[in-house]
Amino acid sequence: MIYDISVTALIFFFIFVGLVLGLSFYFGRKKSDSSSYYAAGGQIHWAVNGIAFAGDYLSAASFLGICGMIAVAGFDGFLYAIGFLAGWIVALFLIAEPFKRLGKYTFTDALNAKFNSRAITLAASVSTLIISVFYLIPQMVGAGDLVMPLLGLPHWAGVILVGAIVITIVASAGMASTTYVQFLKGGLLIILSLILTVFILKNGLSLSPSTKDNTYHQFITLNPQLEGTKVTAAPGWQVLAQQETAGKTFVKLQQNGVERWFYLGKEDGKDVLKETLTIVQRTNGEKLYNGESKEKRKFYQVGHLSKIIVNGKEVDKTGAVGPFEFLSTIKDSEITRFLQVKLTDGTDQVTLYYPEVTAGAKFMLPGLKYKIGAGASLWSKLDFVSLMLALFLGTAALPHILIRYYTVKTPRDARKSTILAIAAIGGFYILTLFIGLGAGVNGVMDVESSNMAAPLLAKAFGAVLFSIISAVAFATVLGTVAGLIVASSGAIAHDFIDIYLKKNLSDDRKVKVGKIAAVAVGVFAILLGMAFKGINVSFLVGWAFAIAASANLPAILFLLFWKRTSSTGIAASIVVGIVVSLAIILTSPTMWDKYGLGAENAWHQMENPALISFPLAVLTVYLFSILYPKKELKVQEV
Amino acid sequence: MHVNSTTEEKEIVTQQKSKLGVRLFFVYLICYAGFVAIGVFNYELLSTTVFYGLNLAIAYGIGLIVFAVIMGIIYNSYCTRYEDEAEKAEGGLK
Repeated sequence: MIYDISVTALIFFFIFVGLVLGLSFYFGRKKSDSSSYYAAGGQIHWAVNGIAFAGDYLSAASFLGICGMIAVAGFDGFLYAIGFLAGWIVALFLIAEPFKRLGKYTFTDALNAKFNSRAITLAASVSTLIISVFYLIPQMVGAGDLVMPLLGLPHWAGVILVGAIVITIVASAGMASTTYVQFLKGGLLIILSLILTVFILKNGLSLSPSTKDNTYHQFITLNPQLEGTKVTAAPGWQVLAQQETAGKTFVKLQQNGVERWFYLGKEDGKDVLKETLTIVQRTNGEKLYNGESKEKRKFYQVGHLSKIIVNGKEVDKTGAVGPFEFLSTIKDSEITRFLQVKLTDGTDQVTLYYPEVTAGAKFMLPGLKYKIGAGASLWSKLDFVSLMLALFLGTAALPHILIRYYTVKTPRDARKSTILAIAAIGGFYILTLFIGLGAGVNGVMDVESSNMAAPLLAKAFGAVLFSIISAVAFATVLGTVAGLIVASSGAIAHDFIDIYLKKNLSDDRKVKVGKIAAVAVGVFAILLGMAFKGINVSFLVGWAFAIAASANLPAILFLLFWKRTSSTGIAASIVVGIVVSLAIILTSPTMWDKYGLGAENAWHQMENPALISFPLAVLTVYLFSILYPKKELKVQEV
Repeated sequence: MHVNSTTEEKEIVTQQKSKLGVRLFFVYLICYAGFVAIGVFNYELLSTTVFYGLNLAIAYGIGLIVFAVIMGIIYNSYCTRYEDEAEKAEGGLK
């Protein structure tokens, strides 16, 4: 996709990013050491803390990923919203208060509060590092996507840009992710989403979704002549070739020297050729978008309603609608989505996006990504259950989430801010349903990446809204990436080298090692961000949640609720959780596709590992605690 | 460092809160698992229109989000009551 750069958008973008970064530095300088960070945290009002909680949690996955997946796969994207929020229930009801009573601030410290075991230190630091890296991948992918339409840079340049900014900040100054910055970011994200939703509802639904800032391409349909199943002629075009793949027929046509692919489908019982979007990769490195170079801008944004039904009657547009009317009208209408297939044409690699009319009733149900209806395979049903389990159990086990629970003075305030956070995040997630659906039917989708659904929808409504939303999303990514890199470098420098290897580093050396670790993790994250281009960021975050749920949660729950839990049990469970979940992810169809081996050839068809790795980790902590019971406590029980 | 103000909390209050948390967790777990189970075992049910033209999938999904907030508020009000009662009892003893 190639985007026009808007100067207004750029100006607003830089002002906003500058403002957020400036504030981070300002507060970061004031409270640079960890103890004053917590002490200052103790004075923070619960309501500010609650919105800051939301700011912490709503990373690129929530805003970019969920909206994008809803736009492409309908209700299946909303599953992430449901699961992400449900995870807070585990955090609030089971983990938060007992953790606060342990008086520890990080998972490694809390897990080790009763044992002081080197094995736990090692296992927990490795798990923190791996979860952070898996959480970093989607942030980097999202960053690259965001930068493309704003600055007109390619994806890889966006990833490097974000990586370089964050590495510089972390390695030179250290960036404290402060409560007030997160409060500002969280608050802005929620307000902007509300504004965007109002725009969507006011705009209503239309068959030709053009706005003043976005003219929608009218896709052509040709009436071909066929001999049997073979297309022999198409009016105004020369027929060049025909191929079948994944049960669909595609025909290559030529007009004025430009080669285009069409999809042979049916309309009112008649055979028709429908225009597709095509990317052709030549062996000489040349890439053609709809048969021409990228700069010709013949690669369009997509996603529209092909039929609108209101109260049983077909209409061209609805005008302004209410929230329930919006949802029910889409349910009763028909949506044209663009689905991807790949084929080989001689030596050319062709990626096709063909129009598929989907009934609204189907779009508003789970099943387009996670097939669970009639005829679904056992694998895909298990995958659905596994995803829901990972999302439910992952939140409470993410290393960076619960820390904010300790930044208010009293347990009452902590509870109140958590509940405000749940309300704010829940409200935001309900809005993502409208934003995602709005993006799916308003002709703004970039077929190469679903992650830009929300910002591109904002762009259709005006450059200013687009730039502010992109700036907040960009700042969100920067903040999350910085936080994760700090956490990973801490796991390497503090937990592993200093404590586990007992190097007893001086303060200066410790800082130096931490900075080297931050740069290394940052570079690694940049490479992974480039490698995972085009994959939905919520899907990627689903992996981080699954690893967190498997590696950390069994250990935490047993530590809090079962007195016989031993240090060996905890360490073994973390190791089993990590190894099993990683093994399943690395052999999953998505990874097989990334390795170039074809998704269908993968060893198994499970995308999310939690359903297998979580129970195994639970079993491990139980069995190892019985086989290797705890020795006398080195630290008095709290 | 931030003072851990819960250390002085009475054991009985801690137990009450913990028990309540576990109970509410299971209530939510059942509702959440119910959604997943309908999806896997009785998928067609999710397409039933329930109100305002919304299908069960959307209504249940939004319902789970709203329910989480309501559960949070219930949990908070009970915990606050336990803490207040304990404080009052302590005040009465003095």
